[in-house]
Amino acid sequence: MGMSRVKKNPRFAGFYLGLMFFIMYLPIAVVVVFSFNESKLPVAFTGFSTIWYEKLFQNDAMLEALVNSLILGCLSTFISAVIGTMGAVGLSKIRWRSKGAMEYLSILPLMIPEIILGMVLMAFFYMLGLPFGMLTLLIGHTIFCVPYILMEVKARLSGMDPALEEAARDLGATSFRAFLDITLPLCMPAVLSGSLLAFAMSMDDVVITIFINGPRVSTLPVKVYTQIKTGVTPEINALCTIMLGVTLLVLGASALVKRINKTGENADEKQAH
Amino acid sequence: MKNKLIELKDLTKNFDDQQVLRGINLDIYENEFLTLLGPSGCGKTTTLRIIAGFEEPSSGEVLFNGIEISKLPPYKREINTVFQKYALFPHLNVEDNIAFGLNLKKVDKSVIAQKVGRMLKMVGLEGFEKRDVTLLSGGQQQRVAIARALVNEPKVLLLDEPLGALDAKIRKNMQSELKKIQREVGITFIYVTHDQEEALSMSDTVVVMNNGEIQQIGSPTDIYNEPENRFVAGFIGESNIIEGHMLQDFLVEWDGFRFECVDKGFPENEEIEVVLRPEDLDIVSPDKAQITGKVISVTFKGVHYEILVETEYRTYMVHTTDYAEVGRKVGLSLGPEDIHVMWKMGAY
Repeated sequence: MGMSRVKKNPRFAGFYLGLMFFIMYLPIAVVVVFSFNESKLPVAFTGFSTIWYEKLFQNDAMLEALVNSLILGCLSTFISAVIGTMGAVGLSKIRWRSKGAMEYLSILPLMIPEIILGMVLMAFFYMLGLPFGMLTLLIGHTIFCVPYILMEVKARLSGMDPALEEAARDLGATSFRAFLDITLPLCMPAVLSGSLLAFAMSMDDVVITIFINGPRVSTLPVKVYTQIKTGVTPEINALCTIMLGVTLLVLGASALVKRINKTGENADEKQAH
Repeated sequence: MKNKLIELKDLTKNFDDQQVLRGINLDIYENEFLTLLGPSGCGKTTTLRIIAGFEEPSSGEVLFNGIEISKLPPYKREINTVFQKYALFPHLNVEDNIAFGLNLKKVDKSVIAQKVGRMLKMVGLEGFEKRDVTLLSGGQQQRVAIARALVNEPKVLLLDEPLGALDAKIRKNMQSELKKIQREVGITFIYVTHDQEEALSMSDTVVVMNNGEIQQIGSPTDIYNEPENRFVAGFIGESNIIEGHMLQDFLVEWDGFRFECVDKGFPENEEIEVVLRPEDLDIVSPDKAQITGKVISVTFKGVHYEILVETEYRTYMVHTTDYAEVGRKVGLSLGPEDIHVMWKMGAY
């Protein structure tokens, strides 16, 4: 404590930090501000208006893309929650020598460049003869959503006392029952926070989506991307602001769930002492 | 005569290429408080986990009431466990933790409530039904864990170092309480610990284990007074262990001294080891004893002094309430019943 008194916070530390945040968040702030601009031209703020939001909600193509994105996000998150949780439980149980490699393989889709994953999926679906559309999107999104959930659940499981499941079996539960009654409820917060993360990732994916979405189905981010090619309208600013808000909300919820999750782990630890 | 409840026959267990149990043979009786005692890694916990059904033996048999059960899953055994760190379910309250087993058996709700209440009363936690288990103290969690196991009315309760996580004072209380509970429910307790004092004070039978093998089975008094080998003598309490010869029945020799003893049945001139408990040795004047030496250290231990006496051949440890200052010449007196003759390690 004495140390921090001797070393006063130099004034330029605040300046550096301020500069960093300014550079990082200036574009975002500008877009948010101009989404409420009356004028169509992004040069001067002429007056507050929600006209671009109104226009946005009259744009049927945009709304359809939003609905597609929501359906896709929910479905792929749900399916990957099931697969990811099963995978994490499997990983926590195996005693193989190749466990490290298995763990690495299970999160590899996160590290493969998206453009490669997109191309691979496109080629694969083409070989299978699957019609490009909602189904191919669902499979593709599920593939990159699984690791987010798997990582969260795996971390939660590794912090869990294996004796808990043994205790359940000891008290008369089959292995499956012990999983349902004990393990699953205890890793539910991790499943939830992983799912929110996965949902956010599905909602904003462009690269993989454009490889596998086919001619008729478009998601919101892809729609935005194609619109921008014909010029940035203030409508896009409004849409960006909304999506930004939703993303922050989802990430915030994920962080919150994670924090509750953490307190649960602390309680486990306290129990051990 | 008591009935045999569990029989372990030639039990072995390998983990990868490591052998942790090397042929365990043990009979466990109804109503018995049996303790598996040994240092960490001796195989006591593995033995317990095999009885519980969490591990399968590599070879050998586990008989329960004469029926082989080593392949039976834990949920089909009339055995319950109290885990080392209690393993209470953090998302359930005290009542739901205790009722977990009964709920699985689809017992009537009112019966469950009644049984849970009775258990809480027995472990001294009346009115704790709705409490959050993660907010209980270590001792209270321990009691919930015991109640959760006993409410299923098992034939055997397994306890895996259940007091290890508690501080010394609570541990003492829990020791006598566990013993009381065992008498009250009248079932077999199999208790695992590395704490020799705990084992001696609670058990009917102590099984001393080392290195995957049973070293000795006996009552606490037998184990303490008649250790069968150097390991048991060294692990149970402090002792002077001396190499010597058994000249004939009731006559033992070491360092050139001959002593009458109460042991027999050894071959003539067999190389043996003698255990002398520090509290069995008395300090007398040098002319009254065969063994004489000089006091080289005195430590006050509360109830007694720990005095080290150096002789020509070795140093003896003596626990006595009499004081003798460093440097004094003393004699050590001992009677026939103070001498415990053991087979040499590895000779049997």
